[in-house]
Amino acid sequence: MSEFLQFLLTGITTGAIYGLIALGFNVLYNATDLINFAQGEFVMLGGLGFYTLGVVLGWPLGLSFAAAVAAVSLLGLLLERVALRPVKKPEPLPLIIITVGASIFLRGVAMRLWGKDPYSVPGLTASAEPVKVFGAAVMPQSLWIVGIVVAFMVGLHLFGKRTLTGKAMEACAIHRNAAWILGIPSDRMVLLAFAFSAGLGAVGGVIIAPITMCSYDMGTMLGLKGFCAAMLGGLGSHWGAAVGGVLLGVLESLAVGYFSSGIKDAVAFLVLLGILFVRPAGLLGASAVKRF
Amino acid sequence: MLIVRNLRAGYGRIEALHGVSLSVRQGEIVAIVGANGAGKSTLLKTIAGLIVPWHGEVLFQDRPLAGRKPPEIVAAGIGLVPEGRWLFPPMSVLDNVRLGAYLRLRRGDKEAVREDLDRVFELFPILAERRKQPAGSLSGGEQQMLAIARALMSRPKLLLLDEPSTGLAPLLVEKIFETLVQLNGEGITFLVVEQNARAALAVATRGYVLETGRMVLQGRAQELLEDQEVKRAYLGKDYREFAEGRAR
Repeated sequence: MSEFLQFLLTGITTGAIYGLIALGFNVLYNATDLINFAQGEFVMLGGLGFYTLGVVLGWPLGLSFAAAVAAVSLLGLLLERVALRPVKKPEPLPLIIITVGASIFLRGVAMRLWGKDPYSVPGLTASAEPVKVFGAAVMPQSLWIVGIVVAFMVGLHLFGKRTLTGKAMEACAIHRNAAWILGIPSDRMVLLAFAFSAGLGAVGGVIIAPITMCSYDMGTMLGLKGFCAAMLGGLGSHWGAAVGGVLLGVLESLAVGYFSSGIKDAVAFLVLLGILFVRPAGLLGASAVKRF
Repeated sequence: MLIVRNLRAGYGRIEALHGVSLSVRQGEIVAIVGANGAGKSTLLKTIAGLIVPWHGEVLFQDRPLAGRKPPEIVAAGIGLVPEGRWLFPPMSVLDNVRLGAYLRLRRGDKEAVREDLDRVFELFPILAERRKQPAGSLSGGEQQMLAIARALMSRPKLLLLDEPSTGLAPLLVEKIFETLVQLNGEGITFLVVEQNARAALAVATRGYVLETGRMVLQGRAQELLEDQEVKRAYLGKDYREFAEGRAR
């Protein structure tokens, strides 16, 4: 029983991060109908940036966290301005392929800057003593992860429901021209969505780095897992992202625990295939509400 | 108030407006009638800034607006109620209406916006009743009212209406146009584009007839209503004339 609990808690921790990355996919998808396949690279850059600032330069960890996330958000803006905005006919497919290209490019740059070795990154609190929960060990970093992800979920929810900018962003996503004729600067809303989504990815990178170590190629798999979680929960649904992420994390952890660690990554893709065959709209997704 | 001179605009390489001119004076209700595809919507969209004109002038209160983006045009005091209403269906009625005041809320005019919300809900009590419901759940007539209410929240001096009668039962059409007259009495100037020429000209001060991208006729609304050519082309026979014709 305590073994099961251990797997469950480990799964929830990684699942929370998948959920956060999925949230990044969603924020952008809701505002632009775009899937950004460079999302995983933002996760990687968040982790490596945090490493450079916090470990190499010795900045306080809190400040390093904030600075890494801010820098990656800026990079998100830049991606939109430099690579996506100039496209003459902004149709989804070419734009998505550009994001794939951006992901390869960013990975290459990261390899040049940081090399191929993985780095270990300290947790947000110095104590490495695990906390005992019903006989299962929980690392303090896990608590940080779950806490931070929940905080971001709630924050994003309140932002969307309570603030004018949140509503304006939603309006833009539903009908860009309708929002435009009310005076909402839709291009700025799209930029904001890019910054948010990149920032969310970076947060994921910073909080997962102490558990997995970080390296230039960590983003690919994490991005795919996050995408899988978003699909599982229903693309565009924030709560779906959380549910999908945790579900995926737990399934993975159980598969590794009871079968073999070799099938860890296969789980995500089996789940992705399953959801695409059985319920393409995802668990919590509105069944493809037509936007007009 | 609004002067449009020799406006040319279109989509891709196809020109839809071949040099259109018109004027709207403060306090008027001006109707533009014409058949489907005459360029009526294109004209309003160009004035509202959604389409960049190829050539020509748009002057609003002596300010050149041609080629400006919609947010700037809304800020100048021109609102648009588009054809098809363009609501935000999953959002609540209240959110839809409030977003109409986006620029004013950005400026921090919270108090004034709240007062306007009350006024708009007074004007359309049915919307007040359904303020919590998603806009997509409203009936066609209520959606049209919501689109007008939303546009009013920017406090426009000139309101452009694109086919407000589309898809509505005659009784509702009448109600919508009554509301226009009432709002006009409160100082809002209107430029209304309509296929339902009779309903539009009945409340308008002046009218224009747009035909395949050109203004072919203009005059006082009453004159246009009585014009033989307009009658034949755009008014059809109403059921009484039709019945009389049969009786004879």
